[in-house]
Amino acid sequence: MYAVMELADRRKDEEKQRLEALFRSFITRVAQNRDRQAFAQLFDHFAPRLKSFMMRKNTSAELAEDLVQEAMIAVWTKAAMYEPSKGSVTTWVFTIARNLRIDRIRRDVHMPTTELGDYDEPSDAPEGEELLGRKQEDGLVARALQSIPEEQRQILVLSFVEEIPQSEIATRLSIPLGTVKSRMRLAYGHLRRILETGL
Amino acid sequence: MKPNHHLDDSTLLAYAAGTLDEAFSVVAASHVAVCPACRGAVRAAEALGGELLDSVGGASVSDDCRSRTFAALEQAGLYRLPVAAPRPAFPRALAQFLPVASLDDLAWKKKAPGVAVFDVKLPASARGQLKLLRIGAGRAMPEHGHGGEEITMVLMGAYVDHMGRFAAGDVADLDEDIEHRPVVEQDGDCICLVATERPTRFKSLAARIMQPFVGI
Repeated sequence: MYAVMELADRRKDEEKQRLEALFRSFITRVAQNRDRQAFAQLFDHFAPRLKSFMMRKNTSAELAEDLVQEAMIAVWTKAAMYEPSKGSVTTWVFTIARNLRIDRIRRDVHMPTTELGDYDEPSDAPEGEELLGRKQEDGLVARALQSIPEEQRQILVLSFVEEIPQSEIATRLSIPLGTVKSRMRLAYGHLRRILETGL
Repeated sequence: MKPNHHLDDSTLLAYAAGTLDEAFSVVAASHVAVCPACRGAVRAAEALGGELLDSVGGASVSDDCRSRTFAALEQAGLYRLPVAAPRPAFPRALAQFLPVASLDDLAWKKKAPGVAVFDVKLPASARGQLKLLRIGAGRAMPEHGHGGEEITMVLMGAYVDHMGRFAAGDVADLDEDIEHRPVVEQDGDCICLVATERPTRFKSLAARIMQPFVGI
Protein backbone atom coordinates (compact mmCIF):
# COMPACT_ATOMS: atom_id res chain seq x y z
CA MET A 1 0.00 0.00 0.00
CA TYR A 2 2.74 2.36 1.05
CA ALA A 3 4.70 1.50 -2.08
CA VAL A 4 1.66 2.23 -4.25
CA MET A 5 1.19 5.63 -2.64
CA GLU A 6 4.82 6.39 -3.04
CA LEU A 7 4.61 5.50 -6.70
CA ALA A 8 1.58 7.81 -7.16
CA ASP A 9 3.49 10.58 -5.39
CA ARG A 10 6.47 10.07 -7.61
CA ARG A 11 4.29 10.17 -10.74
CA LYS A 12 2.79 13.43 -9.52
CA ASP A 13 6.25 14.84 -8.84
CA GLU A 14 7.45 13.77 -12.28
CA GLU A 15 4.44 15.39 -13.92
CA LYS A 16 5.16 18.59 -11.99
CA GLN A 17 8.79 18.58 -13.07
CA ARG A 18 7.79 18.02 -16.67
CA LEU A 19 5.33 20.94 -16.59
CA GLU A 20 7.79 23.23 -14.85
CA ALA A 21 10.50 22.45 -17.45
CA LEU A 22 7.95 23.25 -20.15
CA PHE A 23 7.01 26.60 -18.53
CA ARG A 24 10.68 27.52 -18.23
CA SER A 25 11.22 26.80 -21.92
CA PHE A 26 8.19 28.98 -22.80
CA ILE A 27 9.53 31.81 -20.64
CA THR A 28 12.91 31.53 -22.38
CA ARG A 29 11.24 31.65 -25.80
CA VAL A 30 9.23 34.72 -24.79
CA ALA A 31 12.33 36.41 -23.37
CA GLN A 32 14.61 35.67 -26.29
CA ASN A 33 12.32 35.56 -29.33
CA ARG A 34 9.13 37.35 -28.27
CA ASP A 35 7.49 34.04 -29.14
CA ARG A 36 3.69 34.49 -29.15
CA GLN A 37 2.95 30.79 -29.35
CA ALA A 38 4.97 30.16 -26.21
CA PHE A 39 3.15 33.07 -24.58
CA ALA A 40 -0.22 31.62 -25.62
CA GLN A 41 0.69 28.39 -23.81
CA LEU A 42 1.57 30.33 -20.68
CA PHE A 43 -1.64 32.37 -20.98
CA ASP A 44 -3.82 29.29 -21.29
CA HIS A 45 -2.28 27.74 -18.20
CA PHE A 46 -1.98 30.75 -15.93
CA ALA A 47 -4.80 33.14 -16.92
CA PRO A 48 -7.63 30.92 -15.57
CA ARG A 49 -5.70 30.34 -12.32
CA LEU A 50 -4.95 34.03 -11.98
CA LYS A 51 -8.59 34.88 -12.59
CA SER A 52 -9.81 32.49 -9.94
CA PHE A 53 -7.03 33.77 -7.63
CA MET A 54 -8.08 37.39 -8.20
CA MET A 55 -11.76 36.58 -7.73
CA ARG A 56 -11.17 35.10 -4.30
CA LYS A 57 -10.87 38.62 -2.93
CA ASN A 58 -14.39 39.95 -3.60
CA THR A 59 -13.26 41.20 -6.98
CA SER A 60 -15.76 41.45 -9.82
CA ALA A 61 -15.18 39.19 -12.84
CA GLU A 62 -14.51 42.32 -14.89
CA LEU A 63 -11.81 43.71 -12.59
CA ALA A 64 -10.36 40.21 -12.18
CA GLU A 65 -9.93 40.01 -15.96
CA ASP A 66 -8.27 43.44 -16.03
CA LEU A 67 -5.81 42.19 -13.43
CA VAL A 68 -5.26 38.95 -15.36
CA GLN A 69 -4.45 41.03 -18.43
CA GLU A 70 -2.02 43.21 -16.49
CA ALA A 71 -0.34 40.19 -14.88
CA MET A 72 0.06 38.35 -18.20
CA ILE A 73 1.48 41.45 -19.90
CA ALA A 74 4.00 41.66 -17.04
CA VAL A 75 4.93 38.02 -17.77
CA TRP A 76 5.56 39.09 -21.38
CA THR A 77 7.61 42.20 -20.59
CA LYS A 78 9.56 40.80 -17.63
CA ALA A 79 10.25 37.29 -18.95
CA ALA A 80 13.99 38.01 -19.21
CA MET A 81 14.07 38.79 -15.49
CA TYR A 82 12.78 35.39 -14.39
CA GLU A 83 15.51 33.53 -12.49
CA PRO A 84 14.91 29.79 -12.11
CA SER A 85 17.28 29.63 -9.14
CA LYS A 86 14.89 31.74 -7.09
CA GLY A 87 11.79 29.66 -7.55
CA SER A 88 9.41 28.03 -10.02
CA VAL A 89 7.66 29.88 -12.84
CA THR A 90 4.40 29.45 -10.89
CA THR A 91 5.92 31.16 -7.85
CA TRP A 92 7.19 33.98 -10.04
CA VAL A 93 3.70 34.47 -11.51
CA PHE A 94 2.30 34.47 -7.98
CA THR A 95 4.69 37.28 -6.95
CA ILE A 96 3.65 39.29 -10.04
CA ALA A 97 -0.03 38.92 -9.11
CA ARG A 98 0.65 39.77 -5.47
CA ASN A 99 2.62 42.92 -6.39
CA LEU A 100 -0.12 44.01 -8.82
CA ARG A 101 -2.69 43.80 -6.09
CA ILE A 102 -0.52 45.83 -3.69
CA ASP A 103 0.15 48.39 -6.43
CA ARG A 104 -3.56 48.71 -7.11
CA ILE A 105 -4.33 49.44 -3.47
CA ARG A 106 -1.68 52.17 -3.45
CA ARG A 107 -2.61 53.53 -6.87
CA ASP A 108 -6.05 54.22 -5.49
CA VAL A 109 -4.38 56.72 -3.15
CA HIS A 110 -1.98 58.09 -5.78
CA MET A 111 1.31 56.97 -4.33
CA PRO A 112 4.41 55.77 -6.15
CA THR A 113 5.21 52.10 -5.76
CA THR A 114 8.16 49.83 -5.71
CA GLU A 115 8.23 46.11 -5.93
CA LEU A 116 8.66 43.82 -3.00
CA GLY A 117 11.33 42.06 -5.04
CA ASP A 118 13.53 45.12 -5.41
CA TYR A 119 16.07 44.11 -2.85
CA ASP A 120 19.15 46.22 -2.27
CA GLU A 121 21.68 43.42 -2.52
CA PRO A 122 20.32 40.69 -4.73
CA SER A 123 23.62 39.02 -5.52
CA ASP A 124 24.84 37.64 -2.21
CA ALA A 125 22.42 34.73 -2.17
CA PRO A 126 23.41 31.87 0.10
CA GLU A 127 23.56 28.45 -1.52
CA GLY A 128 20.38 27.38 0.18
CA GLU A 129 18.44 30.02 -1.69
CA GLU A 130 19.85 28.90 -5.03
CA LEU A 131 18.62 25.40 -4.36
CA LEU A 132 15.07 26.44 -3.65
CA GLY A 133 13.94 26.50 -7.26
CA ARG A 134 14.98 22.91 -7.76
CA LYS A 135 13.43 21.80 -4.49
CA GLN A 136 10.11 23.30 -5.41
CA GLU A 137 10.32 21.60 -8.74
CA ASP A 138 10.91 18.32 -6.99
CA GLY A 139 7.50 18.68 -5.41
CA LEU A 140 8.73 19.31 -1.88
CA VAL A 141 6.70 22.49 -1.36
CA ALA A 142 3.57 20.75 -2.64
CA ARG A 143 4.28 17.83 -0.30
CA ALA A 144 4.69 20.21 2.62
CA LEU A 145 1.30 21.76 1.86
CA GLN A 146 -0.36 18.36 1.61
CA SER A 147 0.98 17.15 4.91
CA ILE A 148 0.30 20.07 7.24
CA PRO A 149 -2.66 20.00 9.61
CA GLU A 150 -5.85 21.50 8.14
CA GLU A 151 -6.00 24.35 10.68
CA GLN A 152 -2.56 25.56 9.52
CA ARG A 153 -3.37 25.09 5.86
CA GLN A 154 -6.52 27.16 6.31
CA ILE A 155 -4.45 30.08 7.65
CA LEU A 156 -2.09 29.83 4.65
CA VAL A 157 -5.00 29.88 2.19
CA LEU A 158 -6.54 32.91 3.92
CA SER A 159 -3.16 34.70 3.80
CA PHE A 160 -1.82 33.82 0.38
CA VAL A 161 -4.97 33.27 -1.66
CA GLU A 162 -7.53 35.55 -0.03
CA GLU A 163 -4.82 37.97 1.10
CA ILE A 164 -6.40 38.72 4.44
CA PRO A 165 -4.19 40.33 7.12
CA GLN A 166 -3.49 38.28 10.25
CA SER A 167 -5.62 40.46 12.52
CA GLU A 168 -8.64 40.00 10.24
CA ILE A 169 -8.04 36.25 10.06
CA ALA A 170 -8.20 36.23 13.85
CA THR A 171 -11.53 38.09 13.80
CA ARG A 172 -12.97 35.91 11.07
CA LEU A 173 -12.05 32.65 12.80
CA SER A 174 -12.78 34.00 16.30
CA ILE A 175 -9.36 33.03 17.57
CA PRO A 176 -6.69 35.20 19.21
CA LEU A 177 -4.13 36.90 16.96
CA GLY A 178 -1.43 34.98 18.83
CA THR A 179 -3.00 31.70 17.67
CA VAL A 180 -3.01 32.85 14.04
CA LYS A 181 0.67 33.71 14.37
CA SER A 182 1.62 30.47 16.07
CA ARG A 183 -0.18 28.46 13.37
CA MET A 184 1.75 30.42 10.73
CA ARG A 185 5.01 29.69 12.54
CA LEU A 186 4.16 25.98 12.75
CA ALA A 187 3.23 25.85 9.06
CA TYR A 188 6.44 27.60 8.10
CA GLY A 189 8.54 25.37 10.39
CA HIS A 190 6.98 22.35 8.70
CA LEU A 191 7.87 23.68 5.24
CA ARG A 192 11.47 24.45 6.27
CA ARG A 193 11.87 20.97 7.72
CA ILE A 194 10.70 19.34 4.51
CA LEU A 195 12.86 21.61 2.36
CA GLU A 196 15.91 20.89 4.50
CA THR A 197 15.54 17.16 4.94
CA GLY A 198 13.62 16.29 1.77
CA LEU A 199 11.26 14.12 3.86
CA MET B 1 26.27 43.63 7.64
CA LYS B 2 25.07 40.24 8.85
CA PRO B 3 22.10 40.72 11.15
CA ASN B 4 21.81 38.64 14.31
CA HIS B 5 18.19 39.41 15.15
CA HIS B 6 15.60 38.45 12.57
CA LEU B 7 11.95 38.78 11.59
CA ASP B 8 9.46 36.43 13.18
CA ASP B 9 8.37 33.60 10.86
CA SER B 10 4.76 34.83 10.98
CA THR B 11 5.94 38.26 9.81
CA LEU B 12 7.95 36.69 6.96
CA LEU B 13 4.89 34.74 5.81
CA ALA B 14 2.62 37.80 5.93
CA TYR B 15 5.25 39.79 4.02
CA ALA B 16 5.50 37.09 1.33
CA ALA B 17 1.70 36.83 1.11
CA GLY B 18 1.50 40.61 0.64
CA THR B 19 -0.79 41.10 3.64
CA LEU B 20 1.59 42.99 5.91
CA ASP B 21 0.51 46.57 6.47
CA GLU B 22 2.63 49.11 4.61
CA ALA B 23 4.34 50.50 7.74
CA PHE B 24 5.49 47.01 8.76
CA SER B 25 6.24 46.10 5.17
CA VAL B 26 8.80 48.93 4.88
CA VAL B 27 10.63 47.63 7.96
CA ALA B 28 10.46 44.03 6.73
CA ALA B 29 11.76 45.00 3.26
CA SER B 30 14.57 47.06 4.82
CA HIS B 31 15.70 44.09 6.90
CA VAL B 32 15.30 41.53 4.09
CA ALA B 33 17.48 43.76 1.89
CA VAL B 34 20.45 43.28 4.21
CA CYS B 35 19.72 39.79 5.53
CA PRO B 36 20.48 36.80 3.27
CA ALA B 37 18.85 34.38 5.72
CA CYS B 38 15.52 36.21 5.74
CA ARG B 39 15.70 36.69 1.96
CA GLY B 40 15.94 32.92 1.55
CA ALA B 41 13.07 32.54 4.01
CA VAL B 42 10.87 34.95 2.02
CA ARG B 43 11.57 32.97 -1.16
CA ALA B 44 10.53 29.75 0.56
CA ALA B 45 7.34 31.44 1.76
CA GLU B 46 6.65 32.75 -1.75
CA ALA B 47 6.94 29.19 -3.01
CA LEU B 48 3.94 28.38 -0.79
CA GLY B 49 2.08 31.15 -2.60
CA GLY B 50 3.04 29.60 -5.93
CA GLU B 51 1.78 26.16 -4.89
CA LEU B 52 -1.46 27.63 -3.61
CA LEU B 53 -1.96 29.58 -6.84
CA ASP B 54 -1.45 26.27 -8.64
CA SER B 55 -4.09 24.60 -6.49
CA VAL B 56 -6.95 27.15 -6.65
CA GLY B 57 -8.25 25.73 -9.90
CA GLY B 58 -9.18 27.83 -12.89
CA ALA B 59 -12.00 30.23 -13.75
CA SER B 60 -12.84 30.52 -17.41
CA VAL B 61 -11.32 33.56 -19.04
CA SER B 62 -13.37 35.39 -21.67
CA ASP B 63 -12.19 35.51 -25.29
CA ASP B 64 -12.31 39.27 -24.94
CA CYS B 65 -9.70 39.22 -22.15
CA ARG B 66 -7.52 36.92 -24.18
CA SER B 67 -7.67 39.05 -27.33
CA ARG B 68 -7.17 42.31 -25.40
CA THR B 69 -4.07 40.84 -23.76
CA PHE B 70 -2.60 39.70 -27.07
CA ALA B 71 -3.41 43.05 -28.72
CA ALA B 72 -1.63 44.87 -25.87
CA LEU B 73 1.57 42.87 -26.43
CA GLU B 74 2.24 45.00 -29.53
CA GLN B 75 2.57 48.12 -27.43
CA ALA B 76 4.14 46.51 -24.39
CA GLY B 77 7.79 47.51 -24.26
CA LEU B 78 10.36 45.39 -22.55
CA TYR B 79 10.71 46.00 -18.88
CA ARG B 80 14.06 47.52 -18.10
CA LEU B 81 15.67 47.37 -14.74
CA PRO B 82 15.93 50.86 -13.32
CA VAL B 83 19.48 52.13 -13.46
CA ALA B 84 20.91 51.43 -10.03
CA ALA B 85 21.05 54.69 -8.15
CA PRO B 86 23.96 55.13 -5.77
CA ARG B 87 23.17 53.31 -2.56
CA PRO B 88 21.48 55.68 -0.15
CA ALA B 89 22.61 55.81 3.46
CA PHE B 90 19.43 54.01 4.45
CA PRO B 91 17.35 51.19 2.94
CA ARG B 92 15.73 51.77 -0.45
CA ALA B 93 12.36 50.59 0.86
CA LEU B 94 12.51 53.59 3.20
CA ALA B 95 14.25 55.95 0.76
CA GLN B 96 11.11 56.22 -1.39
CA PHE B 97 9.38 57.98 1.52
CA LEU B 98 12.28 60.23 2.55
CA PRO B 99 13.18 63.09 0.21
CA VAL B 100 16.61 63.59 1.79
CA ALA B 101 20.10 62.28 1.11
CA SER B 102 21.03 61.81 4.73
CA LEU B 103 19.12 61.09 7.91
CA ASP B 104 20.83 64.17 9.37
CA ASP B 105 18.83 66.34 6.94
CA LEU B 106 15.48 65.28 8.37
CA ALA B 107 13.42 67.73 10.40
CA TRP B 108 13.80 65.78 13.65
CA LYS B 109 11.38 66.75 16.40
CA LYS B 110 12.91 66.81 19.89
CA LYS B 111 10.72 64.92 22.32
CA ALA B 112 12.98 64.83 25.36
CA PRO B 113 16.66 65.41 26.05
CA GLY B 114 18.53 63.08 23.72
CA VAL B 115 15.36 61.77 22.06
CA ALA B 116 14.13 62.94 18.64
CA VAL B 117 11.43 61.58 16.37
CA PHE B 118 10.60 61.90 12.69
CA ASP B 119 7.21 60.78 11.33
CA VAL B 120 7.50 59.03 7.98
CA LYS B 121 4.54 59.94 5.77
CA LEU B 122 2.98 56.83 4.28
CA PRO B 123 0.21 56.42 1.69
CA ALA B 124 -3.31 56.75 3.05
CA SER B 125 -3.76 53.01 2.55
CA ALA B 126 -1.31 52.34 5.41
CA ARG B 127 -2.97 51.56 8.69
CA GLY B 128 0.12 51.48 10.84
CA GLN B 129 2.54 54.27 11.64
CA LEU B 130 6.19 54.51 10.72
CA LYS B 131 8.65 56.59 12.70
CA LEU B 132 12.34 57.17 12.94
CA LEU B 133 13.62 57.41 16.47
CA ARG B 134 16.97 58.97 17.28
CA ILE B 135 18.34 58.35 20.75
CA GLY B 136 21.52 59.89 22.08
CA ALA B 137 24.68 57.94 22.94
CA GLY B 138 24.55 56.32 26.35
CA ARG B 139 20.85 57.09 26.91
CA ALA B 140 18.62 54.61 28.66
CA MET B 141 14.94 54.45 27.79
CA PRO B 142 12.52 53.80 30.63
CA GLU B 143 11.30 50.23 30.80
CA HIS B 144 8.27 49.89 28.56
CA GLY B 145 5.98 47.53 26.72
CA HIS B 146 4.17 48.46 23.56
CA GLY B 147 0.53 47.53 23.89
CA GLY B 148 0.33 46.61 20.23
CA GLU B 149 2.20 45.15 17.31
CA GLU B 150 5.58 46.69 16.72
CA ILE B 151 8.69 45.97 14.66
CA THR B 152 11.88 47.96 15.13
CA MET B 153 14.96 47.93 12.91
CA VAL B 154 18.25 49.55 13.89
CA LEU B 155 19.62 51.70 11.05
CA MET B 156 22.58 53.23 12.82
CA GLY B 157 24.40 52.75 16.12
CA ALA B 158 23.37 50.06 18.58
CA TYR B 159 21.41 49.45 21.75
CA VAL B 160 21.47 46.71 24.33
CA ASP B 161 18.55 45.23 26.27
CA HIS B 162 17.89 41.94 28.05
CA MET B 163 17.56 40.18 24.69
CA GLY B 164 21.00 41.18 23.52
CA ARG B 165 22.75 43.75 21.38
CA PHE B 166 20.84 45.24 18.45
CA ALA B 167 23.06 46.87 15.81
CA ALA B 168 22.50 48.15 12.26
CA GLY B 169 20.39 45.64 10.31
CA ASP B 170 18.95 43.89 13.35
CA VAL B 171 15.20 43.80 13.93
CA ALA B 172 13.22 43.43 17.14
CA ASP B 173 10.00 41.73 16.07
CA LEU B 174 8.45 41.28 19.48
CA ASP B 175 5.27 40.08 21.05
CA GLU B 176 3.34 42.97 22.48
CA ASP B 177 3.65 41.76 26.05
CA ILE B 178 7.44 41.84 26.12
CA GLU B 179 8.80 44.74 28.12
CA HIS B 180 12.30 46.01 27.68
CA ARG B 181 14.67 48.74 28.76
CA PRO B 182 16.99 49.57 25.87
CA VAL B 183 20.28 51.37 26.56
CA VAL B 184 22.10 53.01 23.66
CA GLU B 185 25.82 52.29 23.42
CA GLN B 186 28.29 55.00 24.35
CA ASP B 187 29.98 55.54 21.00
CA GLY B 188 27.17 57.25 19.08
CA ASP B 189 23.47 57.97 18.57
CA CYS B 190 21.18 55.11 17.69
CA ILE B 191 18.63 55.58 14.89
CA CYS B 192 15.78 53.09 14.67
CA LEU B 193 12.93 52.60 12.21
CA VAL B 194 9.78 51.71 14.12
CA ALA B 195 6.49 50.42 12.71
CA THR B 196 3.55 50.38 15.11
CA GLU B 197 -0.17 49.96 14.99
CA ARG B 198 -2.05 53.20 15.46
CA PRO B 199 -2.17 53.89 19.17
CA THR B 200 -5.71 52.91 19.93
CA ARG B 201 -5.17 50.81 23.02
CA PHE B 202 -2.49 50.74 25.62
CA LYS B 203 -2.28 48.01 28.16
CA SER B 204 0.46 49.01 30.50
CA LEU B 205 0.99 52.14 32.48
CA ALA B 206 4.57 52.18 31.19
CA ALA B 207 3.29 52.35 27.62
CA ARG B 208 0.96 55.22 28.51
CA ILE B 209 3.85 57.10 30.09
CA MET B 210 6.05 56.42 27.08
CA GLN B 211 3.48 57.66 24.59
CA PRO B 212 3.91 61.41 25.14
CA PHE B 213 7.60 60.83 25.71
CA VAL B 214 8.46 59.42 22.31
CA GLY B 215 5.13 59.68 20.60
CA ILE B 216 4.84 55.99 19.83
